[in-house]
Amino acid sequence: MTHSSRAATFVADADRTTWHDETLWFVRQKRDKAVYAVPEFQDLRELASQIKEHTLSRLDEYLQQFEAKAQRNGVHVHWAADAQEHNAIVLDIIRRHNATRVVKSKSMLTEECHLNPHLIGHGIEVIDTDLGERIIQLREEAPSHLVLPAIHLKKEDVGATFHLHLGTEKGNHDPQQLTEAARQHLRAKFLAAEVAISGVNFAVAETGGVVICTNEGNADLGVNLAQVHIASMGIEKLIPRLSDLGVFTRLLARSATGQPVTTYTSHYTKPAEGREMHIVIVDNGRTQQLGRPDFRASLKCIRCGACMNTCPVYRRSGGHSYDFTVPGPIGAILSPNIDLKKHSSLPFASTLCGSCTDVCPVKIDIHVQLYKWRQVLTEAGEIPAAKKWSLKFMGRFLASPKAFGIGGKVARTGLRLLPYQLTHAKAFNAWAVARELPEPPKQSFREWYARTVE
Amino acid sequence: MRVALFIPCYVDQFYPQVGIASLQLLQKLGVQAHFPAQQTCCGQPLANSGCEREALPIYHHFVDTFQDYDYVVAPSGSCVYHVRKHFDKLEQTAPVQKVRAATYDLIDFITQVLDITELPGQFPHKVGLHLSCHGQRGLHQANESEMTPVRDGQLRRLLSSLDGIELTELDRNDECCGFGGTFCVSEEAISARMGQDRVQDHLRNGTTILTGGDMSCLMHLQGIVRRRQLPMKVLHAVEILNGTRF
Repeated sequence: MTHSSRAATFVADADRTTWHDETLWFVRQKRDKAVYAVPEFQDLRELASQIKEHTLSRLDEYLQQFEAKAQRNGVHVHWAADAQEHNAIVLDIIRRHNATRVVKSKSMLTEECHLNPHLIGHGIEVIDTDLGERIIQLREEAPSHLVLPAIHLKKEDVGATFHLHLGTEKGNHDPQQLTEAARQHLRAKFLAAEVAISGVNFAVAETGGVVICTNEGNADLGVNLAQVHIASMGIEKLIPRLSDLGVFTRLLARSATGQPVTTYTSHYTKPAEGREMHIVIVDNGRTQQLGRPDFRASLKCIRCGACMNTCPVYRRSGGHSYDFTVPGPIGAILSPNIDLKKHSSLPFASTLCGSCTDVCPVKIDIHVQLYKWRQVLTEAGEIPAAKKWSLKFMGRFLASPKAFGIGGKVARTGLRLLPYQLTHAKAFNAWAVARELPEPPKQSFREWYARTVE
Repeated sequence: MRVALFIPCYVDQFYPQVGIASLQLLQKLGVQAHFPAQQTCCGQPLANSGCEREALPIYHHFVDTFQDYDYVVAPSGSCVYHVRKHFDKLEQTAPVQKVRAATYDLIDFITQVLDITELPGQFPHKVGLHLSCHGQRGLHQANESEMTPVRDGQLRRLLSSLDGIELTELDRNDECCGFGGTFCVSEEAISARMGQDRVQDHLRNGTTILTGGDMSCLMHLQGIVRRRQLPMKVLHAVEILNGTRF
């Protein structure tokens, strides 16, 4: 399956597409308003970009500094080369505490590692506590957005899901009542949990602490109630100093949802007395991306989702059309690093309009990287053969003025003389499915010029 | 000043009137542009599809064709952006560097090189300006809504100087139309939907003449306008600026 085939399925439901597009555009507009109100916003972007670039250039040193500080704070630090190691480490910690009940706050890294199925397979109950995450967990779906994991669902969908799983009244899709049902359901899970797993938004090398940003406070509820806190972070989450943090917290929420700051920005530096805190530092393909100069900057991403909200393709094709943990433009440059073959259509799921690059709070050159991935994919033989051969032919044709002149004339004449049903046959002319072909003129510009001017 | 006119391949074949208007407008502004007959294409369709290597002979041909001119002017921001940005794949010989620096979008050439910000003429119509992404974000021809709420740009200013013209205020100022080169075929469903939404924004806000600086986006939008038989005409901005009347 390619992005285009999955996208075609999504867009076939025209009303849902309109709703999806407008909902995300609303978030983009909220972001714009919040950004316009900060005169130094572009300077902040530049600063954030430079801090991240600097950090990536000495990532090894900062990781070691972070580990040493965290250990001094009484935190257990683990290193995982890949998803499998990460999941094994997490399961091991849970087992050592004879725990079976786990609450998890939103973490794209644990999604990426497929932690939930792993734990569930070993008899652990793992409950996602972010409302959107919980909804899709009940539906056994993947998140379709970084920040708004259930944005592909309408309140009617949520009502039906809650009726099925939480016993709410059939046909009730009042957001307030559904939220209350989720609150009651989750409260019991929070109180019973023995272990709390969280993601990490920022890890501060200077202090060895981690910072978690949520709007629902669910990470805090989980961490403060459970005996054990496991924080999973990718190696790229580091920032050097605590004083750098303000640059990112000012950018993150504004770019994500248009809020000045997330409702909760919590710092976890050491375990409370009698409790345990673990940090699992995960690579899972990140050092490989770090070693690709053209794509290294993708590791600057702070997961705000702004590129998705602005992307005209994402808004109309939905997050699931990308079939990767991180969807949208940023996902399309992260995914080929993980599996070039499987995700080979994603860098082509863009018009290269560049809005993603302009909106990115850490100035990742997203559309430039999409263009570069296309070249890599072609060189690796991962574009459809028919496309490759027709473009090869086109290359020969366009390098020869003579062939171009004759070929153009033949095409125009053909278009004029052939029956409409043939030139606009939807079966083999994708252009004609929704669009008219241009009306072919009798003479090209070059013919006109030769006759009139020369 | 030796000025060459570069007419993109599809404009040459399907929109000769845009080439003619470009030539005539330059002439009115005192520039005698020459059209080198051996020109073909900038190679963008291949490169954007991942076939940059296959496009190299086209790049070489482009440089050979235009290296003796002081300026290469094209009515298409997208092709110009491609020459400026992606000809970095060639060995940067003196002719390559010269051609990359000398290649201008027609609107930029008028406003930046000729330093003209107003044009005489009248166009008493409700005109919707489609900002093309490569021109706007690639060549910085207009403000991006990601940065500022101020709607401004070279083409907007030039059009505004015409008597009687009224520019449409769109709900989404600079959203992509969905053309995207071969994207329009490989992702036909999304491409069409984006174009339909774009046209709808213009229709909702009263556009009767839809225009822009890039014929490729306009070809896609025109295809939708004609399929839906909408009361809207599609013209390249140079046709309006050159005095085409309706």
